[in-house]
Amino acid sequence: MIATLGGFVLFLAVGVTLYAVVASVFGARQGREDWLASSRNAVLAHVCLVTLAIFLLEFALITSDFSLRYVANNSTRGSLTRYKIAGLWGSLEGSILLWEWLQSLFAALVVARYHERGPAGCKPLMPYVQAVLQGISLFFLCLMAFGPNPFARVFPVPPDGRGLNPLLEVTDMLIHPLLLYLGYVGFSVPFAFAMAALITGRLSEDWLTITRRWTVVAWLFLTGGIFYGGWWSYRTLGWGGYWAWDPVENASFMPWLTGTAFIHSVMIQERKRMLRVWNLVLITLTFSLVIFGTFLTRSGILGSVHAFADGPVGIMFLSFLALVLFFSFGLIAYRSDKLKGHGELDSIVSRESAFLLNNLVLVGICFTVFLGTVFPLLSEAIRGAKISVGTPYFNRVSVPLGMALLLLMGVGPLIAWGRASLNNLKRNFLKPALGAVAATAVLYALGVREAEVLLAFLFAFFVIGTVVFEFWVATRTRARTTEEGLLTAFATLLLKSRRRYGGLIVHLGVVVAIIGIAVSSVYKVEREQTLKAGESLSVGRYSVRFDGLAAGERPTHILVWANLMAFKDGKPLHELVPGQRFYPNQQSPFASVDARYHWNEDLYVILSAFERDGSSATIKVLINPMISWIWIGGGVILLGVIVAVLPERRLALLAVRAREQPA
Amino acid sequence: MKGKKLKYVVAGAIVLAALVGLIYSGVKESMVYFYTPSELVAKRESVQGKALRVGGMVVDGSIRWDPQNLLLTFQLTDGQAEVAVRHRGTAPDLFKEGAGAVVEGSWSPEGYFRSSNIMAKHSEEYKPPEHPETLESKKELFRSILKEGKP
Repeated sequence: MIATLGGFVLFLAVGVTLYAVVASVFGARQGREDWLASSRNAVLAHVCLVTLAIFLLEFALITSDFSLRYVANNSTRGSLTRYKIAGLWGSLEGSILLWEWLQSLFAALVVARYHERGPAGCKPLMPYVQAVLQGISLFFLCLMAFGPNPFARVFPVPPDGRGLNPLLEVTDMLIHPLLLYLGYVGFSVPFAFAMAALITGRLSEDWLTITRRWTVVAWLFLTGGIFYGGWWSYRTLGWGGYWAWDPVENASFMPWLTGTAFIHSVMIQERKRMLRVWNLVLITLTFSLVIFGTFLTRSGILGSVHAFADGPVGIMFLSFLALVLFFSFGLIAYRSDKLKGHGELDSIVSRESAFLLNNLVLVGICFTVFLGTVFPLLSEAIRGAKISVGTPYFNRVSVPLGMALLLLMGVGPLIAWGRASLNNLKRNFLKPALGAVAATAVLYALGVREAEVLLAFLFAFFVIGTVVFEFWVATRTRARTTEEGLLTAFATLLLKSRRRYGGLIVHLGVVVAIIGIAVSSVYKVEREQTLKAGESLSVGRYSVRFDGLAAGERPTHILVWANLMAFKDGKPLHELVPGQRFYPNQQSPFASVDARYHWNEDLYVILSAFERDGSSATIKVLINPMISWIWIGGGVILLGVIVAVLPERRLALLAVRAREQPA
Repeated sequence: MKGKKLKYVVAGAIVLAALVGLIYSGVKESMVYFYTPSELVAKRESVQGKALRVGGMVVDGSIRWDPQNLLLTFQLTDGQAEVAVRHRGTAPDLFKEGAGAVVEGSWSPEGYFRSSNIMAKHSEEYKPPEHPETLESKKELFRSILKEGKP
């Protein structure tokens, strides 16, 4: 029943979406307002149909209708309802349906928001924006209708489903994938506007201004998804790390890099009308990398723990990718004479160059990550030998580039446009630079000797110095001229140039996260030992005593845990209970790690192995200094983006409230 | 005007050269060959000490764990040849007999593969288990340490 209905809905959606593409292009070409109105209705019908499909699949998942292969694979009677719901994005077919649903929602939002009261220059672009967005949807719908169909049947109907991978039965599963998909889908909006600008030849800065906020919000979701993924991996996967340069992680990181470059280079085009082609290339790359990443991880072409099974999906994604690249670069070439910029670089020492360099470095990192990820494929194609480059390659290449980026984060926002005079440089950078050198010297005196850590701190202090200095000077000047209190002046400043100051706050967040990454990866200590009851294992200032094993029944699994008591400098600190979860029908157990999280140091314990009689257990202890700074940095980034994109009215209200409560 | 353009070309070229150098040295330093067990058995003399990855299936019944020395030993196979693997430390989740695994390390002169890292693989395909288990049967395994209540 659901299989038939769901399959029918998908095919109907294919038809409606195809019609939406044709009608919007035809309406725009012929100037037929009735066709355009009809195409907008098709966009709405499309979102309704896909929503219905989502409801049908969710209904099947929640009611455990195992006649659907997808439900049998990703759900089980025993699961909690929320994990039955999360089964929707538990593997390939459902993920694509979810993606397509978000895609259709975003398209409907764009249409609803811009078709009548859009900003200047929006109207002529809209039919093509719509056509591009519906075209992307059409690909996903065809993928499901003709490839891996989420409504495919299974026969005989199994008595119970296999269920989600137990690793995925955690609350994080409800958040992390959604954030990533929202980010991926979000970037399709600026991409669609870029393509519309190319198709119509209206290549002024309009498409950038309109999509600015969409881009930043997409970036926020993608950033949030990446940070959340690291946090999830750290807290629940039993290896004590947060990033492994796994192909699927790289797949989300590559569009993030080009997307970040895009956010920056857009500012140059707005201000100086330069880099028009470059911006089009960047947004095309970002969108293509999203598709490429999905191809890479979903086709099973590279081995990855995240990868779903292989099949015809790979070919379909690759064809779509080729189409996107051909279409967008073809258009850029076709419009090349209209794309000549007006501005020109005046000097190497200028904000334009700093931003250009930032773009080069970001795209450079993206390229190295790309190369490292596909290296096994390349080497096999060229030399016939499977050669891979692992974590050492990625670390070796990305650390120096990351350092360069860190330095540029301090220089870029403050250096003058056009040509920076010696005076400008001195005024903006002398104090922060001296402060950074002094602070780093203090760290050296305190015994920090590792070159990469010192360098990271030097640049980090420099960035923090420039940002704080900028905030301080601007606040003081405003407080003097308007005779406001310092806090009021600061709040008004934030409001007046939200984009600039929001951006600076994001930079602070990135710096905090980079400090966390540098310190935790250099000073991490790890120790593993088998202990009998009553024995202790000591690491640094900590020691961990093993007080015996226990086991208990949980709704879906048996949990075996070790009772540990952690001491710091001989004083009792915290009880820790790392364990292993044993699921029926799963041969190997899953780790259930425990840790004492603290703002400057985490004590992290894993139960790696144990004797069934409870006599001994192998415990792994990790000390991860400052790893929380990564997550705190993520929080600061979120805050900065909110400052940058919050609608004016909302902020004005806050400002009024702030003024009513004098500082 | 020409001099100015040249300046940017030079600056860009320097950045690109640095990037290429970085990538080249990165690749050179961390290249790891991937072998199947039969390839490794055939070439074992010539690859001694080199960083390698070997991928195959973990042979049923071959996993041995020595908790005192934290030594994990098992056999990897590709259906034609078998390689003995010694790993110091424990294996990741998803590592099990009969499943795929990739180990990273080098061939030791003593005639086994010394692994420093195990990467387990799993598939998402649905295969109904031959002997379906229940929670009760898992519980039996841990009867001696079973308790009621939460940790």
